[in-house]
Amino acid sequence: MTDTAATTQANAFSDAELAAIRADFPILSTVVNDSPLIYLDSGATSQKPVQVLDAERSFYEHDNAAVHRGAHMLAALATETFEDARATVARFVGAHDDEIVWTSNATEGINLVAYAISNASLGRGGDAARALAIGPGDEIVVTEMEHHANLLPWQELAARTGATLRFIPILDDGSLDPQSIDAVIGERTRVLAFTHVSNVLGIVNPVADLVARAKAVGALTVLDACQSAPHLALDLAALDVDFAVFSGHKMLGPTGIGVLYGRSRLLNALPPFLTGGSMITTVTMQSAEYLPAPQRFEAGTQRISQAVGLAAAIRYLEGVGLQRIADHESKLGEKLVAGLSSIAGVRVLGQQAGAHRVGLASFDVAGVHSHDVGQFLDDRGIAVRVGHHCAQPLHRRLGVTSSTRASAYLYSTEAEIDLLLAGVADATTFFGVRS
Amino acid sequence: MSSELQALYQELILDHSRHPQGFGLAPDATASSHQVNPTCGDEVTLQLHVEPGSDIVTRVTWEGHGCAISQASASLFTEMAGSLTLDDLSSRIELFRTAMRSRGAIEPDEEILGDAAALGGVSKYIARVKCAMLAWVAAEHAIAQVRVDAR
Repeated sequence: MTDTAATTQANAFSDAELAAIRADFPILSTVVNDSPLIYLDSGATSQKPVQVLDAERSFYEHDNAAVHRGAHMLAALATETFEDARATVARFVGAHDDEIVWTSNATEGINLVAYAISNASLGRGGDAARALAIGPGDEIVVTEMEHHANLLPWQELAARTGATLRFIPILDDGSLDPQSIDAVIGERTRVLAFTHVSNVLGIVNPVADLVARAKAVGALTVLDACQSAPHLALDLAALDVDFAVFSGHKMLGPTGIGVLYGRSRLLNALPPFLTGGSMITTVTMQSAEYLPAPQRFEAGTQRISQAVGLAAAIRYLEGVGLQRIADHESKLGEKLVAGLSSIAGVRVLGQQAGAHRVGLASFDVAGVHSHDVGQFLDDRGIAVRVGHHCAQPLHRRLGVTSSTRASAYLYSTEAEIDLLLAGVADATTFFGVRS
Repeated sequence: MSSELQALYQELILDHSRHPQGFGLAPDATASSHQVNPTCGDEVTLQLHVEPGSDIVTRVTWEGHGCAISQASASLFTEMAGSLTLDDLSSRIELFRTAMRSRGAIEPDEEILGDAAALGGVSKYIARVKCAMLAWVAAEHAIAQVRVDAR
């Protein structure tokens, strides 16, 4: 056994530890169609531990008030709790507090960056923003594996500004074409937006290579960390990206809260996207001056209890240990891919030998539509995602219109993966696989 | 396997999904409609062939891809629709829709809908009703088009 394998082994959850984790998630004891729920759709949204539910409830019971306004005791308490939540997120991703902007979700975070650049391109934001303006002749680069949330905002930005949208294609095994990375990212590239971990393939992208190339040509980098922040130890400073986004609900937190990370210098140079209350210094009937980041991007009453819930989720994840979670999921992911690949007629999308993966895999069953596979599994209480997972271009590139996705999390077990594999094998028999 | 799932995927339905009737578009259709289910990307293009100078459907042709339910439903619709009048077809579509939306409360009338009544099991699965309705909605649009063109 190698040292790494030994470490991983020692690091694995014991049965008792896993049982204790599962006991924190009330929904996991749900019965579906007379079977215990097997929740393998955490890539879409994770389940929530009681610690998160309690934190939100406790906030409303003891601390609730509007933040950053009002002089009463509760207002001060709520503001402190809210800002503590921001500090918790900042520490979690290796950032400074003022580099963390609250959003509704990752989608809003990406749109915020795209619209702020758009506003800069219209001349808003003065001298500081001018360097971030884009226009005809400039290029925005994404990859072929992006979730629609990291594609459409850039399509729209290109359409509004006259810039050109280009993409880095993938190879048949689901990896980014390394030659294209250098060819597509060039002197005209102003923005490179890409996903850390594909929500379909479950494979970790070579962030360092992409960032190095982008920096060499002076392009901004925007990282979609939706499928990495919940599952790996994320150090944004070490990754050296300019912006990053993720969603709270995929990492044990509530819905309605997301995070945009941005380098302080860049956030303070960008003009605001949403405008309104709580983000200004001085307002006249003609114009306004804006607060520094992050407040300039947080117009209106914020998602306070959700931020508190997300901070509780992060404390939970840190309590278990991100490295242990990553190891647990990596083991489940490998079992998933190996098991699925050995079923006749099943093709796992994006198979790279030795690839670093999270506990997520999407697959196609020859001649059987993903909806039918999903329905068959649901009958056994197994919840998976079916469809195109908001990544139509990626599915098209891989020659399918839809797939079935199983995605695990820290509370998933090997026994659950076994039941999924048995269910998929039985589905191929039931529907009669065509080849 | 639950009885609900067995009812959903009856052998008749699986047969139709594997060997669909009327599959393949024809060049001489009277009217056609393309429908997409945006949640799953299922697609059906359905063509009505109406006897010139009458309101009688001679045949239905279609093409598409999607789940067993959407494909079988298009095939079963095709089988039912031949030689019906447009009015008759419209009322059967409405009857089918009522059964589909009933959450299992209304059994589709086999006397009227023929083998398509086998799709009754779908109505207990709310998320799948759209799959079953796809071809029928396409037919509804095509009928409307024939009527507009006839004016």
